Amino acid sequence: MTVHERDWDAFVTLKDDGKAHMDLAVEGVTCAACMVEIEQGLGLEPGVERARLNLTSHRLAVEWCQETTSAERIIEVLTQLGYRAHPFDPADVRERSDAAGRELLRALAVSGFAMMNIMLLSVSVWSGNVSGIDAETRDFFHWVSALIALPAAVYAGRPFLRSAFAALRAGRLNMDVPIVIGVTLALFLSVMQTVQSAHHAYFESAVMLLFFLLIGRYLDHMMRRRTRAFAENIAALKAETAVIQRPDGSLREVPLSRVEPGALIHVRAGERVPLDGRVVAGHSEIDQSLVTGETALAGVGPGDAVYAGTTNASASLTVQVTVASGATLLDEVTRLLETAAQARSRYVQLADRVAKHYSPVVHLAALLTFAGWYLAGSGWQPALVISISVLIITCPCALGLAVPAVQVVTSGLLFRAGVLLHSGDAIERLAEADTIVFDKTGTLTLPLPEVAGASDIAPDTLHLAGRLALASRHPLATALARAADAAVPLDEVRETPGEGIAALFEGRELRLGSARFCGMDEAEVAAFAARHPGSSLIAFRDGDAPAVPFAVGQRLRPDAVETVARLRRDGYRLAILSGDRTAPVEQVARDLGIDDWSAELTPTAKIARLEHLAGEGRKVLMAGDGLNDAPALAAAHVSISPVTAVHVAQAAADAVFLGDKLAPVADALGHARRAHRAMVQNLRFSVLYNFVAVPFAVAGFVTPLWAALAMSSSSLVVTLNALRLRLGDPHAAQAHSAPAPAPASPKRDRGAARPAVEAA
Amino acid sequence: MDVLIYLIPAALALGLLGLIGFLWSLKSGQYEDLEGAKYRILQDDDLPEDERKNDRPG
Repeated sequence: MTVHERDWDAFVTLKDDGKAHMDLAVEGVTCAACMVEIEQGLGLEPGVERARLNLTSHRLAVEWCQETTSAERIIEVLTQLGYRAHPFDPADVRERSDAAGRELLRALAVSGFAMMNIMLLSVSVWSGNVSGIDAETRDFFHWVSALIALPAAVYAGRPFLRSAFAALRAGRLNMDVPIVIGVTLALFLSVMQTVQSAHHAYFESAVMLLFFLLIGRYLDHMMRRRTRAFAENIAALKAETAVIQRPDGSLREVPLSRVEPGALIHVRAGERVPLDGRVVAGHSEIDQSLVTGETALAGVGPGDAVYAGTTNASASLTVQVTVASGATLLDEVTRLLETAAQARSRYVQLADRVAKHYSPVVHLAALLTFAGWYLAGSGWQPALVISISVLIITCPCALGLAVPAVQVVTSGLLFRAGVLLHSGDAIERLAEADTIVFDKTGTLTLPLPEVAGASDIAPDTLHLAGRLALASRHPLATALARAADAAVPLDEVRETPGEGIAALFEGRELRLGSARFCGMDEAEVAAFAARHPGSSLIAFRDGDAPAVPFAVGQRLRPDAVETVARLRRDGYRLAILSGDRTAPVEQVARDLGIDDWSAELTPTAKIARLEHLAGEGRKVLMAGDGLNDAPALAAAHVSISPVTAVHVAQAAADAVFLGDKLAPVADALGHARRAHRAMVQNLRFSVLYNFVAVPFAVAGFVTPLWAALAMSSSSLVVTLNALRLRLGDPHAAQAHSAPAPAPASPKRDRGAARPAVEAA
Repeated sequence: MDVLIYLIPAALALGLLGLIGFLWSLKSGQYEDLEGAKYRILQDDDLPEDERKNDRPG
């Protein structure tokens, strides 16, 4: 199907032993059988050294001997097996090894090992203190504990140390500051006690604290990583590559990272323009719906600017890639995005807000305890021991787990509902949203246009028109082919660029294209356009019979009406802000019953509307998919985009939803509200626990045994409360396998693949 | 209780062995694909041809 060669060197990395290595995102992997089929299928291929499919991330790593086989052959084998695969741009996935996750897991293992061994010794000391252990044995046990705890704490505490220092340097307080202070003082005190051969040491408390907190950190990290991995797969499957024209005239497909400004790229009809540029040769129509929300096609010729994310509708174009000049739409979007992102970073996470008040109070309490006992005449050392025990008992173990545990459970639930989160704090912001602003094109409507009223047209005519339409990659023709569910293309189709296509069928001439091409008169066209406002027209003529017009337009997502009604019932204020013309926006607003709508908005105007809403004290959830929505997505309190959105918009949004339905947006809001409740409950519980425990600590009753018990039980309660969210979720009970994200449109892929299969 | 002087280091050394084992398994990438690993157990492609009962699990 591809006429040009793909430049495989750009996707393949050579290993030290001379073997070629490639990572691919594989679509359609659902179960273990697929894994076995792919691995065995590739294993039978001569030259393939190793093929391993990761069933968690749906990625395939292949290594082969370059003399015997090629990357093209591997893709071919996968296609024969029935899987669409696309290689990753090596520049995008450099950070695949997940160094941060491994560091956390190693720290978790070390602190776990240390905690268990010290606990073994500590339990002996605790029981020995009751049954009469001799002082030498106790000192020996304490020294061994110190020997384990000190190096383990230094190793496992590094993530907290780094974060605490970073926060202090920036003049802020976060949860890690009291953690570092607590652990350091506890170790210091324990060493001091050991030197003086005291009855108690707090080694196990210090290490246990690190262990529990590292669990929270690791869970948090895994949640981000999992959703990011899927987002990367989706990007790879969208095949964001460019076909460059080399000086000798040959065409090569390369990853976007390899295209230099000034290079000539070739964009065929039906393909997405990969980068911003200026047309050098060719005339065509451009579908800008992803960029401006405008649904009508715009004509372009040499000298006109085209933007990344638009679709080339009718004829091939040669485009020179431009550098940012400061004047294009994209530059404006980029500038707005930067401003918006700065404003966003001012949001302070729930846990950090608590930490800001928490640490001063706790440290003050410890200080007062010390002063109190010292003034009461108990000597500086016992006073210090008691005040440090206050710090240990209040060290935010449960607080550290309170938010991440809920985030992890909720992101899992959202994942099953078809929503991928980009950031953990998006859950908190989603829960606060009270106003939802939708973009129209591609968000409320389906990303691909559809034929309106296809059922009113005679099935034979529709079917024949659909078969003819298969020959064209024009968006209106592909919509018609989809509506007709046509599979067998007609032979010998002639194309008149910019007009339409024609073919001979059983001696009659069939025509498909513009109204003029099919001989419709102006009055007829005007009357038809009046009946279908906001739609584009494509006409079909069978022999001498009068031409049949089809209205192709944006169709609402199948569940849009119910979902919007459900959101309104839940008390959200709804609005539509679109860059499209007034008529289609008004139509959609009326169908959905949304009174507050605006059309023909520029990106700046969208932001102004959002700021106006924010000024009224509303927390806005922005849902949009276009390049023109990207600044608004970044500026809104929280944002979500469909998976079909342009890359810039997806990167600016806090979450991405999959599939053709709008329901994931409502589900995400529901889950987020429940999660927020659980977070607040957890934080309240942690604070309450401190209220109860601190007086005992201040009074000097807290022994290491009680500290250990209190710490583990409070962490357990917080975790169980987070897990409670999974109860009663219909999705959680279902199969645990992750939903395979369906990028672009599975419908279109099936339609495109079918003729190829039948031909084979 | 002098025996503790040998026993505790011995216990620690055994524990350390476990820790090293875990770190090794982490380094060799055994936690990369927790989903796939459980199905790979059932795969019998390491057996000679005549011993395979069922080619396609699932």
